[in-house]
Amino acid sequence: MSSHAHTGHAVVVEPSGFIRKYIFSIDHKVIGIQYFLLALTAVCVGIVLSLLMRFHLVYPGAHLPFVSGGIMTPEQYLALVTMHGTIMVFFVLTTAPQGGFGNYFLPIQIGAPDMAFPRLNMLSFWVTFLAFVAIIAAFIVPGGAPISGWTGYTPLSGMGEVTGPGEGMGQTLWIVSISLFCLASLLGALNFIATTIDLRAPGMTLFRMPLTVWGWFVTAILGLLAFGVLLAGGVLLLLDRSAGTSFFLPAGMVVNDQLQPHSGGSPLLWQHLFWFFGHPEVYIAILPGMGVASHVLSTFARKPVYGYRAMAMAICAIGFLGFMVWGHHMFLSGMSPYSGFAFSVLTMSIGVPSAIKTFNWIGTLWGGKIQFKSPMLFALGFVSLFVSGGLSGLFLAQPAVDNMLHASYYVVAHFHLVMGVAAIFGIFAATYFWFPKMFGRMMSEPLAQIHFWFTFVGTYCIFMPMHFVGLAGGIRRYADATGTTYAAALQPVHVFMTYAAFVTGAAQLIFLFNFFWSLKHGAVAGKNPWNATTLEWITDSPPPIDNFGGHYPSVYRGPYEFSVPGYRQDFIPQNLTPDQAALLK
Amino acid sequence: MRLSNRNSMRGSAAPAALLAILIVIMVVATVYVFVANPFPSRPPATITSVGQLVDHQYFLTLCVTGVVFILSQLGLAYAIWRFRDRGQTAHFTRGSNTLEMIWTTATIVLFLGLGLMGRKAWAEVRFTPAEANAVQVEVTTNQFVFNFRYPGPDGKFGKLDPAQVSASTGNPLGLDSKDPDGKDDIVMPTLTVPVNRQVELLIRSQDVIHNFYVRELRLQQDAVPGMVIPIHFTANQIGHYEIVCTQLCGLGHYRMRSFLDVVSDADYQNFLKQQAAPQ
Repeated sequence: MSSHAHTGHAVVVEPSGFIRKYIFSIDHKVIGIQYFLLALTAVCVGIVLSLLMRFHLVYPGAHLPFVSGGIMTPEQYLALVTMHGTIMVFFVLTTAPQGGFGNYFLPIQIGAPDMAFPRLNMLSFWVTFLAFVAIIAAFIVPGGAPISGWTGYTPLSGMGEVTGPGEGMGQTLWIVSISLFCLASLLGALNFIATTIDLRAPGMTLFRMPLTVWGWFVTAILGLLAFGVLLAGGVLLLLDRSAGTSFFLPAGMVVNDQLQPHSGGSPLLWQHLFWFFGHPEVYIAILPGMGVASHVLSTFARKPVYGYRAMAMAICAIGFLGFMVWGHHMFLSGMSPYSGFAFSVLTMSIGVPSAIKTFNWIGTLWGGKIQFKSPMLFALGFVSLFVSGGLSGLFLAQPAVDNMLHASYYVVAHFHLVMGVAAIFGIFAATYFWFPKMFGRMMSEPLAQIHFWFTFVGTYCIFMPMHFVGLAGGIRRYADATGTTYAAALQPVHVFMTYAAFVTGAAQLIFLFNFFWSLKHGAVAGKNPWNATTLEWITDSPPPIDNFGGHYPSVYRGPYEFSVPGYRQDFIPQNLTPDQAALLK
Repeated sequence: MRLSNRNSMRGSAAPAALLAILIVIMVVATVYVFVANPFPSRPPATITSVGQLVDHQYFLTLCVTGVVFILSQLGLAYAIWRFRDRGQTAHFTRGSNTLEMIWTTATIVLFLGLGLMGRKAWAEVRFTPAEANAVQVEVTTNQFVFNFRYPGPDGKFGKLDPAQVSASTGNPLGLDSKDPDGKDDIVMPTLTVPVNRQVELLIRSQDVIHNFYVRELRLQQDAVPGMVIPIHFTANQIGHYEIVCTQLCGLGHYRMRSFLDVVSDADYQNFLKQQAAPQ
């Protein structure tokens, strides 16, 4: 039996046995679902943590039976802050869009049978899973979870328990978890890049790739270049904590009247290493969502993406500039103020490709024929939320204004709107859009719509008022929001945000129910329920093991040929030959 | 079991209307809060002229982003409503290079222009050192207190020795007992400065990273162990202002605060006399 079919693709063999099929699978589709389910678990944990935080901010003295000691202490609050941020940024926003949907759909959208390195793909997932186990373990070790925030600034994170509870084993597990995550992501990035460069179907030039593929591709390049730096930082931090080194620890530190033995290190070095990773990381979190938004907006407006080339290049520009702006997290850190100004100019520049994308999204809708199915509702919500969240970035990008806004709730509002809402809407849009393809069934549209309205209104209610709390001087990461003399006046806003958070959190149960119920009871989906144009919609739902049943497509046109004049059908799939397309005239 | 390859759905007025209306409500509510300040949503008035530069830059940014915000959100809402599926054919276009050039150029000019205009507010504090006759106060932070040190009548700060730090026996900064310059240093838990005179703060930390922030000064600075970071300001209004720590520093972060008292020059001289160490 020849190992290569006539098209040159390796024959993909269906695995036998439950373990090989669903646990240690090398099939990118199974791995994609595994990443998605990991992210789903992580987001449930992350939401619970945030609800506990919001509850504590308005009822600090409340008796909580599951908290050791009965009443939440400041260090427990800070542990929630740290773990919420870490779990959400890494195990939800970096996992679901890229590891989940990217893994599942990148090969199919480019017409390939699998990723370039299927076994590496499996390894990436299981190392990520291990990283998740490590971070969850931080909750249950002596001392509890770390309290240094998801940013883990040294020396707070670099000296062990002497700086605070949770800074012992909890912080160590945090570093181990993040380091494992970096490793897994590096391997994943390699895979995505090799796959995109090498395995595209005949006829699929770079500028015929769907924008979702552009998103995953550029995200992978960012990951390849950024995660290694965090890994290095993590190793150095571990050494400082346990091997007596002083990479991040200067001389003369006195903690609790005890002179510390370190010397020669720089706390700013950690910040540079962290943020050199950390800023590309937030673009890693948003770029796949931008790709999905473009894709879904075009599909449900029945119009090509407006300015497709500009959109692809804007993704590249955002990725490129994303490496040059990390210092905007450090304007007030003690870094040279001249560098600060340089970083500011670069940061204002990155607003340009983002703005271009927004204009083109509206351009895609303009003159369209908009159908308000659930994927589209979330894509439209994405645009609104990205505008709101992105614009506040322009304030934070200016160091003079940052004097007023740094470490306030304004920053928290900004990054939640872009990451904690817009990127999540990208994930929801992708889920509702691709669920039929992944599972062969439709999700309930009425439940999906209810989920959307509650979530759209709810997230705006949580995070828009938060800007004003920050402007008035509300400082982030405070276990007690009423501590300062002026902050007590802001409590009613905190109460409002907390109520909104609980309602919005509860609304996510609708999504969870819809997801799992539809797996078994959803209406059976055909190959192309949305009348879309890209390659995943030409194959069965769900796709066979090799994605195309041996009939690998070639590509003859761009990915968004909707409502082309002269054709009876308002979409032309990418794989139809010119003769086949002519039959649609 | 039904197949689900539906044709495009007509009658999409309800979700279109609802989404458009919600976006409009969100815009109106946001603008309303900025304009009417129905709950505390603004910083207190600033007490420095540099603070006014910061406020001006903030306001300029607010105008630019405000216009972009209103136009994009309302544009989105309009497109959602106007182009909902009513059975029409979508207008096929791949875009317009001219439009791309126009809005790219406009955005570059707007955003970069805004960034460059903010240079002065930053440069006046950060690029320019304090004047030679500025009142110097050293700010030392640790978990979870601020300590402020004045050089005393001799105008010189005594040397500090970390090994001699002992908060419990009254030497929280570790003043070197062997250095005579430190004998007249004044160490206080709050900061008192004269009005209308430039004050230079030398920000340092003993343990983890902290931060010194006074809203009314529109000025904050991280306190980093191993570094002494100078900032300066000239307060033009007498008053009692809150100092807070904004950089996560451990479990007591939320309660790490102090006060800035800006007093008349006469009151400041009295303060120094009263706090002077007995000779």
